[in-house]
Amino acid sequence: MPETTFLDANELVINMGPQHPSTHGVLRVILKLDGEKVLGTECVIGYLHRGVEKIGENRTYQMFAPYVDRMDYVAAVSNGLGYCLAVEKLLNVEAPPRAQAVRVILTELNRITSHLLWLGTHALDIGAITPVFYCFREREEALKIFENYCGARLTTHAFRIGGLQYELYDGFEQEVRAFCDMFLPKVDEYEELLTHNRIWVQRLKGVGILTGEECKEYGVTGPVLRAAGVKWDLRKAQPYSGYEQYEFDIPTGQNADTYDRYLVRMQEMRQSIRIIRQAVEKIPTGPIMGKVGKVVKPPTGEAYVSIEAPKGELGYFVVSDNSTQPYRVRVRPPSFINLQALDRMVRGALVADVVAIIGTLDIVLGEVDR
Amino acid sequence: MGKFLRTVFLVDLLQGLWVTFRNQRPKYIYTEQYPAERPKVAERYRGAPRLNINPDNGETLCIACNLCALACPENLIVVGSERNEQTRRKELTYFTYDISRCMFCGLCEDACPVDALELTQDFELASYTREGAIWDRQMLEEGPRPTQYRC
Repeated sequence: MPETTFLDANELVINMGPQHPSTHGVLRVILKLDGEKVLGTECVIGYLHRGVEKIGENRTYQMFAPYVDRMDYVAAVSNGLGYCLAVEKLLNVEAPPRAQAVRVILTELNRITSHLLWLGTHALDIGAITPVFYCFREREEALKIFENYCGARLTTHAFRIGGLQYELYDGFEQEVRAFCDMFLPKVDEYEELLTHNRIWVQRLKGVGILTGEECKEYGVTGPVLRAAGVKWDLRKAQPYSGYEQYEFDIPTGQNADTYDRYLVRMQEMRQSIRIIRQAVEKIPTGPIMGKVGKVVKPPTGEAYVSIEAPKGELGYFVVSDNSTQPYRVRVRPPSFINLQALDRMVRGALVADVVAIIGTLDIVLGEVDR
Repeated sequence: MGKFLRTVFLVDLLQGLWVTFRNQRPKYIYTEQYPAERPKVAERYRGAPRLNINPDNGETLCIACNLCALACPENLIVVGSERNEQTRRKELTYFTYDISRCMFCGLCEDACPVDALELTQDFELASYTREGAIWDRQMLEEGPRPTQYRC
């Protein structure tokens, strides 16, 4: 950081947040400014800390499942999937094929709802108010499928250890197919609104560049890494829950800026629809619950499972001491790790770009603070 | 040249405006006029808990097995039971359910072996006092009775 500022003026320290609408929750960013230029930042987190990992040590394996939904509440289904897969790995069981197919459909739908919420709020931060209404309109349709399937819209608790609790309802396939048909033209509509819009392009192009090397240094994953041109997607790299059966591409960008991250996420929504279409065509018949007893008591050991959540690599590390409660549950939340790169990205940018960069990282503070 | 003309004639902005214009149709309205127009929640919706009674004789279906209380992550269910000396079976005496701490995960209804405890489609759970959020057996059997406003 430079010692002297422009015209030897004092550097100005201001707080952005914790109640700033563009920090997506309760993130406090202490900005050191030289006029409009950002010299450095410091993130203060923990306003939403609930001690979820500690709660996990005091609950049985099944009881902890609803809590993980409350970390990344925008993508609760992905969180549930990660946790269930980790405990299933400890138990050495695998969900039946039917359960796996349904899990894929629901997590991909959840990826779409998460990206829609990101797109809406990100556009709102930058000043485009229209997309948020359209995004929430389509998100509503997906949430209705969640509600019909498991009875909740946001904190779904859709999966159980070993498979699923709820059998598919009549008309699930039709609803999902109708959603896919409805949704693809809508993505084009968002693109029409934003992609070539001059204000949008000027606000995003070249802002918050984080190269692939830097991403790897910081451990940044998800669309931020892929926008830097690194073709890394855990669904391809280490397939879980039967992802190897589905055909899809990994969208990547070249410029590693905010605009490319936007394009990557738009492409990801299209790829998600592609996966859902393939999965819904061939949902196998059979049981939905694996061989898991009423009391889950995994043998002593530890398991780490990471999945590709909408925001990046979501990992669960569960240690068992052969009792009904986990000895330790450690979560590797994508938002927390991605937030580290904020300082690197905003240095030298303008204050108005900070909002754009926080938006493009797609953080959820429930997950950052846990 | 084409790019220049497109910039001058604001093609990108007009394109966006055209999208907004296309979406003016009233059938795209999703807002619910809530108190007047009540939303229809899904069949499996996890809302207010209900303790089912046998419609024929009005007796509770609950067998006081305490499994729901054990399954609850928040320990908010308290089941009281008494052994009936004549029939030699456990009988339910009281049942409290703390709505204020409930996160509607549905583990209690999954655990119930006789489908007595169920999360229903009622979603209006506000009360004027803290004590009002702790539901006793009578409240659980009758269900919430919110005022239904109509226009």
